[in-house]
Amino acid sequence: MSARVFIPKDSGALAVGAEEVATALAAAAKRKNVALDIVRTGSRGLYWLEPMIEVATPAGRIAYGPVTEGDVETLLAALPNGGPHPKRLGKPEDIPFLKRQTRLTFARCGIVDPLSIDDYKAHGGWRGLEKAVSLKPEAIVEEVVQSGLRGRGGAGFPTGIKWRTVLQAKGEPKYIVCNADEGDSGTFSDRMIMEGDPFVLIEGMAIAALATGATKGYVYIRSEYPHSVATMNEAVAIARRAGYLGPKVAGSARAFEIEIRMGAGAYVCGEETSLLESLEGKRGLVRAKPPLPAHQGLFGKPTVINNVISLASVPAILADGAAHYRDFGMGRSRGTMPIQLAGNVKHGGLFEAAFGLTLGELVDDIAGGTATGRPVRAVQVGGPLGAYFPRSLFDTPFDYEAFTAKNGLIGHGGVVVFDDTVDMARQARFAMEFCAIESCGKCTPCRIGSTRGVEVIDRIVRGENREANLALVKDLCNTLKFGSLCALGGFTPFPVMSALTHFPEDFGAGPRLAAAE
Amino acid sequence: MSASTPWDRKSAQEIIRKHRAMDGAALPILHALQESFGFIHEEAVVLVAEELNLTRAEVHGIVTFYHDFRAEPAGRHVIRLCRAEACQSMGADRLAEYAQAKLGAKWGDTTRDGAVTLEPVFCLGLCACAPSAMIDGRVVGRLDEKRLDALLAKVDGATR
Repeated sequence: MSARVFIPKDSGALAVGAEEVATALAAAAKRKNVALDIVRTGSRGLYWLEPMIEVATPAGRIAYGPVTEGDVETLLAALPNGGPHPKRLGKPEDIPFLKRQTRLTFARCGIVDPLSIDDYKAHGGWRGLEKAVSLKPEAIVEEVVQSGLRGRGGAGFPTGIKWRTVLQAKGEPKYIVCNADEGDSGTFSDRMIMEGDPFVLIEGMAIAALATGATKGYVYIRSEYPHSVATMNEAVAIARRAGYLGPKVAGSARAFEIEIRMGAGAYVCGEETSLLESLEGKRGLVRAKPPLPAHQGLFGKPTVINNVISLASVPAILADGAAHYRDFGMGRSRGTMPIQLAGNVKHGGLFEAAFGLTLGELVDDIAGGTATGRPVRAVQVGGPLGAYFPRSLFDTPFDYEAFTAKNGLIGHGGVVVFDDTVDMARQARFAMEFCAIESCGKCTPCRIGSTRGVEVIDRIVRGENREANLALVKDLCNTLKFGSLCALGGFTPFPVMSALTHFPEDFGAGPRLAAAE
Repeated sequence: MSASTPWDRKSAQEIIRKHRAMDGAALPILHALQESFGFIHEEAVVLVAEELNLTRAEVHGIVTFYHDFRAEPAGRHVIRLCRAEACQSMGADRLAEYAQAKLGAKWGDTTRDGAVTLEPVFCLGLCACAPSAMIDGRVVGRLDEKRLDALLAKVDGATR
């Protein structure tokens, strides 16, 4: 009997040699006449252990990692029985990083063959859609409202309320648009789902269609994710052949189609109205709201526009009920959040957990501090538009409102850790520079203010009229915050002001303190 | 990149017509044109405008808005180094300086022998194995000077 071996095909694993390991293992097995059935999966999200390969044994899966091509020969002897090897990690579920998680949205990621629809079904897939088919649209919407699910893209708007608005809106056709333009540095959860469990996204979109009466869906994926584009295209074709998309969705009388579209390298297209413009074939210029996309969205029609994780969370909500999902979390942040631990961390990866863990627990405990072994100095939460947090704010719980209260945001759940070599004036300058590069150009404060911001920060660092220029940059941030239509101009002040507030010593306010421990 | 074919008006027109019926066809058309020819030729702008019933200015506006579309062919190999925060925290700025010095190319430049184009990219979603890059469409993570040297040598060898 041949042993089933699982090797990730996720971009993050490929980037550290998973393909080379898979090729070498297959070649070695052939040469030594060892029967191996190699299955390519998504990633479990334990990136410091990638390439992490697993073998199915009667006692469950056994993991090995990080595996290099050089390990392949010795590994081949150990693999069939899950036997001893220096790289043996034991059962993946027992690795503390995984054991401490609550995987609802990522339940299958890294376990199943992403393009096997049978695997998907065997691991609980399509139960949510089957439930939705038996419900009236209002009842589906109500279930999502009751779950407390909020937009995981960053804005945190209640998903069910958005769906209800589209359900009640007049206009044909209606659209479901999935925002897969995951441009925030430090985030990769959308990518992991698209590459590791694409059917869960398709199922979520189909449920959204049944709930709102939409007949066409688009997934707008950034061009920096070619593997996601390829996997999603294949998955949509497979789902169509199996009858989960097409004229009769899951045997119902309802039609729904999905098309995959690729972005072209513009960060601002992750902003929902800019994304809609881009899908319409135009420059990604931000639109003023109102009208809301729910009323006049894609091609002027009622449109649900949701992030990948929001949509991918829906099947579990329908399958196991709103209460099951809502029971996780704290305050108004219900359910689980896929938190992405990134940058200078010892244990980087995907950590799905109920809201409420503190930033300190995430960074020091779960991520294990820095990869460089130096003290943690700053943590940027929520992407390039998120605030930098110093150690003194590490007691902030991971929750939408708690982060807002500390002049920050959780955004799409990215946590980027910096050690004590970071120069915060340089980070503040970069935030302005990034805004200048990526501004769509519609609002003057964002288009021009960002360039002026770079110049003013340069003057502060050079010590020119320090006080006057500090006042100027604060005033500029205020203008950006209140004078921009979207979050690019509106939120660039978060990284800039947080750097100024929490790390003034880097802006020439006296000698820089030794690493704040 | 290396697989692109020389500019040809007729086949460009075919590509455009193949995608024209899509809703919001401009981006899929431009992607297909660049995939085929390696860049967006001036004449392509006129053709797309005619076929989609847009003005030339509108199409020019679309092409120049998006970072992906090139006005000229790239080098035989394209190296996109991530410049975003997660990679910065792991030394991406230093790595970028090293790559620029080694190649004698600034951001967006192509080396004089036409072998390599160096481009910045803002996030490849490989933030837990930073710093990262994309070399001719292949993703690489946990980069350092040594690993970049090895990859450059491979690319360089392939061009000779």
